[in-house]
Amino acid sequence: MIKELTCINCPMGCQLTVVDKNDDGNYEVTGNTCKRGPKYAINELTNPTRVIPTTVVVRNAMLPRLPVKTAEPIPKGKIFDAMKVINQVVVDAPIKSGDIIIENLLGLGINVVSTKTMAKC
Amino acid sequence: MIYDVVILGGGPAGLSAAVEAKKDGAENVLILERDRELGGILNQCIHNGFGLHTFNEELTGPEYAERYIHQVTDLGIPYLLNTMVLDLTDNGDLKTIHVINEEDGYTVIQSKAVILTMGCRERTSGAIGIPGYRPSGVFTAGTVQRYINMEGYMPGKEVVILGSGDIGLIMARRMTLEGAHVNAVCELMPYSNGLVRNIVQCLDDYDIPLKLSHTITFIHGKDRIEGVSVSQVDEKMKVIPGTEEYIPCDTLLLSVGLIPENEITRTAGVEMDDRTNGSVVGELRQTSIPGIFACGNVVHVHDLVDFVSEEAVLAGKGAAKYVKGTLDTNVTFTTVNGNGISYVVPQQVAMKNVEENVTFYMRVRQVFKDRVVNAYIGDQLVATKKEKKLLPAEMVNFKIAKDVLAQYPAGEIRFVVEEAKK
Repeated sequence: MIKELTCINCPMGCQLTVVDKNDDGNYEVTGNTCKRGPKYAINELTNPTRVIPTTVVVRNAMLPRLPVKTAEPIPKGKIFDAMKVINQVVVDAPIKSGDIIIENLLGLGINVVSTKTMAKC
Repeated sequence: MIYDVVILGGGPAGLSAAVEAKKDGAENVLILERDRELGGILNQCIHNGFGLHTFNEELTGPEYAERYIHQVTDLGIPYLLNTMVLDLTDNGDLKTIHVINEEDGYTVIQSKAVILTMGCRERTSGAIGIPGYRPSGVFTAGTVQRYINMEGYMPGKEVVILGSGDIGLIMARRMTLEGAHVNAVCELMPYSNGLVRNIVQCLDDYDIPLKLSHTITFIHGKDRIEGVSVSQVDEKMKVIPGTEEYIPCDTLLLSVGLIPENEITRTAGVEMDDRTNGSVVGELRQTSIPGIFACGNVVHVHDLVDFVSEEAVLAGKGAAKYVKGTLDTNVTFTTVNGNGISYVVPQQVAMKNVEENVTFYMRVRQVFKDRVVNAYIGDQLVATKKEKKLLPAEMVNFKIAKDVLAQYPAGEIRFVVEEAKK
């Protein structure tokens, strides 16, 4: 098996080639310019994950939305389930950047955290 | 009170420039910001991917902004919010800044140096002239980004995006996550104008088709947009008859380019560069008017905020040097965009101000594979940079050491794209 991928770790966008000679999970990655490349490529073929940046409703702040993200990447297949849960949440200002907004999202052991400090007003 | 350095805009460029100017010994520094908070466009860019160069970690826009806002507050740099700059005039040693806000009304501020960090704004539907009525539901991608991410409004459910700039790609994903259906992203050029990583993680991840060499030829609907006609274009970007396709939609997003916001720059009389739509700048981002500096997207549109912050450090240094009277004004080199290159920043270099090296930022005119970017002074090759892939959407950073440039007394540095020698 041979697969071509574009690394999305950083804006370099390296073109990666993954070769699995005997289709036994021994991946050989080339084309990367840093050590994050092979890790991404193998992950992408076995268990692709993404960080989900989105918003939740916030009350008593300057604006009605608080930006949040999953603290770690979550499996790609869980993205829309995650959005359903995150969109139910309403929080009250004040909130600090890094505050936990949802603990253990979908039982994945990953938290959703605030990415902005919003004062009460 | 007379300020040392006043900064027009509290976005990423302004924050970084303010921090550097203060650290470098400018005493009275002031940031003027027209929005309700510092951070500029970063506040609506809630996606991750910022800061990989600067902080070596992946931050969202608001997180990246907060890092700099903390530095500004830690250094005790004052700032005025909800404050609009109306005019900037140069009176030699002092610059006069006319500002207005609700609390103080109309005020005149005086400063020895000014750093222009107004950023850029989006090209609108008026700028590209699509035939059809002018129904509601046509937005610039950045406006919708603000609506959804900050104001909490969802403008529509069936979406078409024209232009494959990064904001358009990011918004394709964002609207999909929030339950909209993005029918297509149409790009006039045969290549994308966004970063490859954004095509992968924003379009490919969600099976959103990217139609290259396609444009919108008609907007249907009178009160609200009902659909668009999409046609293929040939290599001369002329519509190919018979390729028209109707796509129903209730929302059209435009991601068709950014324009540096230079009204204040122009009326102040700063020399402009029509290749960048920004001012002509030197190695420390000094403009043609002594004491006025510019950095960030107001000088040229960057694709990464990390490079905006980096460029702003130069302007901060420059302004501090100017205030202390140690900024050299003798231009050693000018830069020229040769074959394959559409612009180079900075346009001038005063070697006495250079510390270790000069980073030249440039963009290529078209897609190139396995080429080199060469820098020549006269017919001497002074530096070369190998690139596997050159895209107009991805800015080239070309660093040349001071020692290398110092071997030449003066002249033009010409950058060209050439075949790699084997």
